[in-house]
Amino acid sequence: MQPIIRVEKLGKRYAIGRRENFVTIRDMVASAALAPIRALRRLGNRSEDRGTENFWALKNVSFEVAPGEVLGVIGRNGAGKSTLLKILSRITEPTAGRIELHGRVGSLLEVGTGFHQELTGRENIFLSGAIMGMRRAEIIRKFDEIVAFAEIDDFIDTPVKRYSSGMYVRLGFAVAAHLDPEILLVDEVLAVGDIAFQKKCLGKMGEVARGGRTVLFVSHNMAAIEALCTRCVMLSGGALAASGDPMTVMARYVAEGAAPDTGAADLAAHPGRRPGDTPTMTRVELRSGDEKPSGAIRLGDPMEIRVSYRATRPLRPVLGSVIKTSYGAPVFCVSDRFCSQLAECAPLAEATIICRIERLMLIPGTYSIDLWLGDATGDFDVIFDAIGFEVLPSDLTGTGRLPPPNLGAVFCEASWSIDDR
Amino acid sequence: MKALRHEIMESPMTTEEAPPNAETPPCGAAASAAGSAIGAPRVPTLVIEGGKALRGFDFRDLWAHRDLLYFLAWRDVKVRYKQTAMGVAWVILQPLLTMAIFTVLFGRLAKVPSDGEPYPIFVFAGLLPWTYFNQAVTTASNSLVGNAALITKVYFPRLVIPAAAVCAGLVDFAISASIMFLMAFHYGMPFGASLLLIPPLMALTALFALCVGMWMSALNVKYRDVRYALPFLLQIWMYLTPIIYPLKFIPERWRWLLALNPLSGMIQAFRAAVFGRAIDWSGLGLACAMTAVFLIAAGWSFRRMERQFADIV
Repeated sequence: MQPIIRVEKLGKRYAIGRRENFVTIRDMVASAALAPIRALRRLGNRSEDRGTENFWALKNVSFEVAPGEVLGVIGRNGAGKSTLLKILSRITEPTAGRIELHGRVGSLLEVGTGFHQELTGRENIFLSGAIMGMRRAEIIRKFDEIVAFAEIDDFIDTPVKRYSSGMYVRLGFAVAAHLDPEILLVDEVLAVGDIAFQKKCLGKMGEVARGGRTVLFVSHNMAAIEALCTRCVMLSGGALAASGDPMTVMARYVAEGAAPDTGAADLAAHPGRRPGDTPTMTRVELRSGDEKPSGAIRLGDPMEIRVSYRATRPLRPVLGSVIKTSYGAPVFCVSDRFCSQLAECAPLAEATIICRIERLMLIPGTYSIDLWLGDATGDFDVIFDAIGFEVLPSDLTGTGRLPPPNLGAVFCEASWSIDDR
Repeated sequence: MKALRHEIMESPMTTEEAPPNAETPPCGAAASAAGSAIGAPRVPTLVIEGGKALRGFDFRDLWAHRDLLYFLAWRDVKVRYKQTAMGVAWVILQPLLTMAIFTVLFGRLAKVPSDGEPYPIFVFAGLLPWTYFNQAVTTASNSLVGNAALITKVYFPRLVIPAAAVCAGLVDFAISASIMFLMAFHYGMPFGASLLLIPPLMALTALFALCVGMWMSALNVKYRDVRYALPFLLQIWMYLTPIIYPLKFIPERWRWLLALNPLSGMIQAFRAAVFGRAIDWSGLGLACAMTAVFLIAAGWSFRRMERQFADIV
């Protein structure tokens, strides 16, 4: 069948040095004055400097989407997902490549696009609708439907600044949901709002998909991707890393960057590093009591996260790590930012930070760790999904039974008794 | 980069809008089924290409967004005097107070001539289009930065934003124009057919305000200096325009310099239309020609900078 979206060798380059919010003429004069010094310095280490000036957020990405397909796009932070959406929705122009879109495109990159705080719900429906590409007659025709979907009938003539955040989000999504494009581009807007509303959004998107429309859905929420998408592509470092049925691609996503069996990962050139950060962390190791790294830790056993770093100057390191499920949902965070146990240590340019968790209370399954390294002033090296690990079952309950993973990732010990008075 | 552009220039398909399925020769039932799935036959195929050469405005796209222009202008009007105690009264008070100050300073103390009209209405008839121009340019130049949240989240032709700001100012103009007619009535001025020239003259002024506004708004995205420099520039511009003084006040040999300022011709003509005097058609013609030139220059400049808006705003 003729594809409705065809992307060929798409590329987007950003000049990192020019990504500050704005420049003034004074900055330009200063920069022009310093240019000769910079040029001299560049002669010294030519290759390094060149590499940091340009950054390809997307490079040589090609794929096709058939009409009626719901394509999931996954990838780590900085993999180029948002850039891809921005190019497809014509917010920014690509540097290279070509895209064909055969149909009206609607994009849902945030909820409540164009809302003005001072205007009423009614006025904002018209404003936001027009901004998203609806004609006035079309908005009038769909007005009642939008109000009903948002469940805000009584507040339709109240300025949206008096809305609760839930009402605001509902109204914003309601307008976007009635856009009726042939191609719908959706960013992770489903992350907002309460559970009931998320369900409603997912339901509406499923309806849109079943109605034969084409949806491109970018998300970290693997459960949503699994529920909605017929196909999935994975971006990594701005390139297309995998494409196929959602289960296969998601398995690949979980596996990549994480090495569950070894319990150690080299971080010097890790794909999950946030662009623009100063690479400082060199290695991460997970241990469970003994001297050798281990990627499989039993429920209730100790876990050590050992992160080695090398900095250009001595510093008092602050390490944070977020433990996430394989679907990307954070379970807990351990960070010395909040404990300051290392605040008094001697500054070191090179060391290994050890974070020890006495009892790892996670339901068996695969997990992933984000690492944040910085000092008292802030974080300067962040690696998403730096390493993965597996939690093995253990008989903490004494019955051999454990709660299933779909009821939560944390195992909590409790004691039971009955009050029969 | 250069090689790529070259390759694209040679490719047969460089137009952005093409009729549906123009790229694909229909091949039996499958193709037509795809066509119907795509929807109404007027749904165009959109081609986005990287590194392509600069092209002019897509007027069809602009026309398709005319409702957006209306709603954005309507929003600006609606929101401007929200949470002010005096509300719309400001629209009338601003030019009235300026007129009072100028009448005392220039009309009474400095004894600036006024072409035989009473000085208050003489200066008001000049201030009216100027206040509009001043306000339209100021709001338009801050409009892209002020709507950064829209620019980074949704596509529409960016020109709509400064254009809406320029249109919104016309509402204020209409309100304060009614004050001028009250004054004209008070001074016993005749209401002639020349008043019919006011709408086309204001359209011309709006077009010129759009030129300056869109150019400044695009510059403002990259250089926030515009916000600080523009008020001074506009103030100097006002004194270089025959608003508080008549054109005759300027020595003959310097008048050609004043004619280079399109606003000079527009405001002269506006005044002539209000007072029912002969219009200096050559001055107005020059203003039209210069507006056309500025429009092309500003349009080109805007298109060039437009591609970066979402990345740097």
